Amino acid sequence: MNKKLMYGTHAIGEAAIQAGCTCYFGYPITPQNELPEYMSQRLAEVPGGVFIQAESELAAINMVLGASVAGARAMTSSSSPGISLKQEGISFLAGSELPAVIVNIMRGGPGLGNIAPAQSDYFQATRGGGHGDYRLVVFAPASVQEMADLTFHAFDVADEYRTPVMIMGDGMLGQMMEPVIIPKPRKGKKMPEKDYILTGARGRPARLVKSLILDTKDMEEHNWKLVRKFKRIEERETRWEGYMLDDADMVVIAYGTAARIAKGAINRLRREDANLRVGMIRPITVSPFPVKAIREAAQTIKDFFVFEMSTGQMVDDVRLALEGQGTIHFYGRPGGVVPSARELGRSIARRYYQAIRKRKQ
Amino acid sequence: MLIKTIFSGFGGQGVLSTGQILAQAAMLQGRFVTYLPSYGAEVRGGTANCTVTISDEEIASPIASEPEFVVALNQPSFSRFQNLLHSGGFLLYNSSLVEPSFVRGDIETRGVPITELARQIGNVKVANMIMLGAFIAVSSLLSFDRMLKHLPDILGAGKAKLLKANQEAFERGYHFIEEHEHGD
Amino acid sequence: MKKVYQRPRSLRDVPMHYCPGCGHSIIHRLIAELLDEMGLRESAICVPPAGCAVLAYYYLDIDMVEAPHGRATAVATGIKRVRPDNLVFSYQGDGDLAAIGTAEALHAANRGENITVIFVNNAVYGMTGGQMAPTTLSGMKTTTTPAGRNPRSEGPPIRVCELLQGLANTVYLERTAVNSPANVMKTKKAIKKAFGVQQKKAGFSLVEILSPCPTNWRMDAVASCTWIDEVMAREFPLGVIKEVPC
Repeated sequence: MNKKLMYGTHAIGEAAIQAGCTCYFGYPITPQNELPEYMSQRLAEVPGGVFIQAESELAAINMVLGASVAGARAMTSSSSPGISLKQEGISFLAGSELPAVIVNIMRGGPGLGNIAPAQSDYFQATRGGGHGDYRLVVFAPASVQEMADLTFHAFDVADEYRTPVMIMGDGMLGQMMEPVIIPKPRKGKKMPEKDYILTGARGRPARLVKSLILDTKDMEEHNWKLVRKFKRIEERETRWEGYMLDDADMVVIAYGTAARIAKGAINRLRREDANLRVGMIRPITVSPFPVKAIREAAQTIKDFFVFEMSTGQMVDDVRLALEGQGTIHFYGRPGGVVPSARELGRSIARRYYQAIRKRKQ
Repeated sequence: MLIKTIFSGFGGQGVLSTGQILAQAAMLQGRFVTYLPSYGAEVRGGTANCTVTISDEEIASPIASEPEFVVALNQPSFSRFQNLLHSGGFLLYNSSLVEPSFVRGDIETRGVPITELARQIGNVKVANMIMLGAFIAVSSLLSFDRMLKHLPDILGAGKAKLLKANQEAFERGYHFIEEHEHGD
Repeated sequence: MKKVYQRPRSLRDVPMHYCPGCGHSIIHRLIAELLDEMGLRESAICVPPAGCAVLAYYYLDIDMVEAPHGRATAVATGIKRVRPDNLVFSYQGDGDLAAIGTAEALHAANRGENITVIFVNNAVYGMTGGQMAPTTLSGMKTTTTPAGRNPRSEGPPIRVCELLQGLANTVYLERTAVNSPANVMKTKKAIKKAFGVQQKKAGFSLVEILSPCPTNWRMDAVASCTWIDEVMAREFPLGVIKEVPC
């Protein structure tokens, strides 16, 4: 199959089209504008394709809700401040159990922040973001290929579990180009029938899609239902990549762009110093978080080095996964700073030898 | 082998497209490659740069903290990015615009008068392709012949009219280095 | 014996929760009658608001989806673009449409979305307990304007039809009321016309309905109806505000 050199944002767009996405609604914000631009062009070529540059993020996410309840595969994208505005709609999608794919190409924050690559929205993405007791499924790609593959997959996950799904990238992944093979639709893939969508009550009872549940007992049951659904997703959809774990006695935990830098640092360290046995666990789903993978690693490995392009958000999930086992080291570069593999490597090596010294004492 | 190159200059000098062409060529020659442009406010300020990483194996980080090569098309880029170069790295610059003062002792430099050479061809718009040809000659990073062959695919149907001028410029830059083996 | 009056098929056989004298129940019935008469029940998709009429889905026996407060026209846009052959309408109150959802309503109208908006104007936030709405009259007392709405600091009431009139893609805008049998019949005609505009795929239509809220107006039902004629309709003149032939 032919590889094509593509921008991360364009790869997301093309993968969405191939996944059968016919509706895109968005509002301009840097650094993801290339995605709506791409969709405006491509959806004009797709039968039934709908592209609307909405008047706001609020409108965009609610157009997604409308298209989704009408039965279409729908998507929106934005960057950090815009994703904050979409949270109301995401909460309604979760409450109404409607599928949708939401792309966040993260930038520095809080507030207007800057437009540089950052991982500042981890809490927002993995802790609900919007109001109410729900969890979002969040994929964190680390390459242009993965942006395509996970976007393609996200539409299936969204439909299968009737849930909003987020693709969480950052400015670097969005703006960079890499060779990519765009996934093609598989024939015969069976998806659950959408027996909830609104088509007009012809030959069937009228349907109602809502999140208002005034009866507290019913609301409670609805909340538990969402929990059970997320448990199912956790069992079946959690993804992570292990790298050089076999002989490792320290594990770096990083996702997305940070994981790429960490991989570079690990390669460099191992090349320069054969005694330095560092591996990596890279969460591909940050929600659900690969708790099992980390717990299993903790049976033999005692030192966990969390690296994030933030002041430390995922580190909380690592702490929860470890339940007091092992030692957590943290290195963070917030604000849109993308550190070099060399810089990170130095920090890893320092902690590594400190840890070894401590163990000997 | 993993080689990182920063292309840099003013916006409008074709810095980003040069990097993209190199990245496409690398992909067509079966190499792993990443292309990472500077974007946003940085670009709007009038300067542009991009990093192209070419490797025989999967590329971890697309960022160049210590590139092996820097291609500088203007004076500010020449000063700014030579500091990043790996010790023993190579700095290729546009000698039509750059005064090569204050050069680190642990790097190699080479000037190519791309504006003059482009005028000789009769199209200043293809100056960046002259630089790319020269870069292939000094770096030996990709096969020149295969790249020349792939150029129509890389530039695509939209640039068919300019293909000849681009090919000529690419060859001119490559042969300029070949002909001036020992520098100027 | 021939039945001359019965519950429309599109209206469920359940008691409504609306206060005595409230206009919502009348408007629901008009919509239900029209869906029956126009043969649109099986085509209709309605987006109810956040507000008193959020429970409209318990009364209208058609496909419904709930929108966040103010976003009904955005949701309706998404539905209609995917299902252009269905009858898609939103049902919104004054706070929903003219305060928190102004941007969505204005831009859906400006894009000429082929949807219908049933806009119920009762000059207050009903469900939350009678606070000032964007359509509250100058000088009118509400729970958040105890001294009366001061147009200098709180702004004068917003006339939605007149606001949308200037947009090139609005096709049909009419203001009616449901405070008298004659006005109820005019309202039904207006909604019929609006649905017809949508069936012709002509573009954006909106019917603004002045509707009594005796509870929050602190009046009885009869006084509320009189107040619409004597006070409210002076600020919000009844009639066709815009009609583009189609």
